[in-house]
Amino acid sequence: MMSKRTIAGAIFFSIVAVFLVFSALMTHSFGNPDETEMDQYIIDNSQGEVGADNSVTGVVFDYRGFDTLGEATVLFTAVAGVILLFRRLKK
Amino acid sequence: MSGGMSKIVKTISNISFPLVLIYGLYIIAHGHLTPGGGFQGGAVVASGCAMILVAYGSIWTMGKIKEKHLSILESLGAIAFIGLAFLGLIFGFVFFKNFLIGEGLIFDNPALGLSDIYTAGIIPLMNFAVGLKVIAGLFAIVLVMAYATTKKEAETK
Amino acid sequence: MIYNIPFIAVAALVLIGLYAVVFKRNLIKIVIGITLIESGVNLFLITLAYRQDSTAPIWHGITASSNNVPFMSLPVPHALTLTSIVIGVAVLALMLSLVIHIYRHYGTLNVNKLGGDEE
Repeated sequence: MMSKRTIAGAIFFSIVAVFLVFSALMTHSFGNPDETEMDQYIIDNSQGEVGADNSVTGVVFDYRGFDTLGEATVLFTAVAGVILLFRRLKK
Repeated sequence: MSGGMSKIVKTISNISFPLVLIYGLYIIAHGHLTPGGGFQGGAVVASGCAMILVAYGSIWTMGKIKEKHLSILESLGAIAFIGLAFLGLIFGFVFFKNFLIGEGLIFDNPALGLSDIYTAGIIPLMNFAVGLKVIAGLFAIVLVMAYATTKKEAETK
Repeated sequence: MIYNIPFIAVAALVLIGLYAVVFKRNLIKIVIGITLIESGVNLFLITLAYRQDSTAPIWHGITASSNNVPFMSLPVPHALTLTSIVIGVAVLALMLSLVIHIYRHYGTLNVNKLGGDEE
């Protein structure tokens, strides 16, 4: 209709739309996930091993601490990039 | 955004900034007992600092706080976080080990449900390090972007 | 099928964001579309963590070895969502800095008029 780019964009968008709607209706019903032993172990033993009442903080800082280390690195890189892009070079 | 706003806005933000600061620090400090932690409390305090920036103008705020000092503060927070991980390697022979549980030094009370604040090993210290990092980082981003869009409108290429 | 409404909301958010990225010509609208896709993914992660009639995974008042332990939701997807939100903020900050520099150099925000004029 308009241009080749618009037609290609429309085909791509419709394929992704059909895929997303079809898979949203075919997952497990809301509230009944498959049972995992990892989460049950974390709920049972998080107060004894980590010593914190908050199980989510125990997962973020103790059981999965490497993800928090990577996230701190990403935040540092973003701040360094923004300050670098707006530096005023003094002549 | 270069000049400040009227006197009413400045007075109200003067009154409500300490309340926002105490609320954010409370969320950071009790991260191992209630929902919250370093990232959430740091975002609350950074939005309070952005309120001061909007009320007083970016030129006045850049005259008081340079972005060099904020960058130094953020690096201190990151060094403290990684330093605690390496202390776990020195004292417990495992990287990232919770080496204050079982020692009996300071953060070692057993968690019983209605716990006090001296529980959970090195997690409160890591909460403070990450909270300092997030506060300084988000405030530096907002300050630099607000200052850069005021001065250079006369010298576009 | 009526019990899958959160998953349909995730699909709607991602599709609206994808429409803004593919079919719009203003740079700020493309950035907003990317942020909408990010919000849809965060909602999907939280939706995976719910069990029927469960409460938050925080202990108050009782320990793990007492009699009637409450039924808790899974704590690992909550931790993954926290990391994803912070990464979204970092990507948004860098994207907006690049948009400011593009506007200062070209004088326009239309995607079809960028590029091509070398010195």
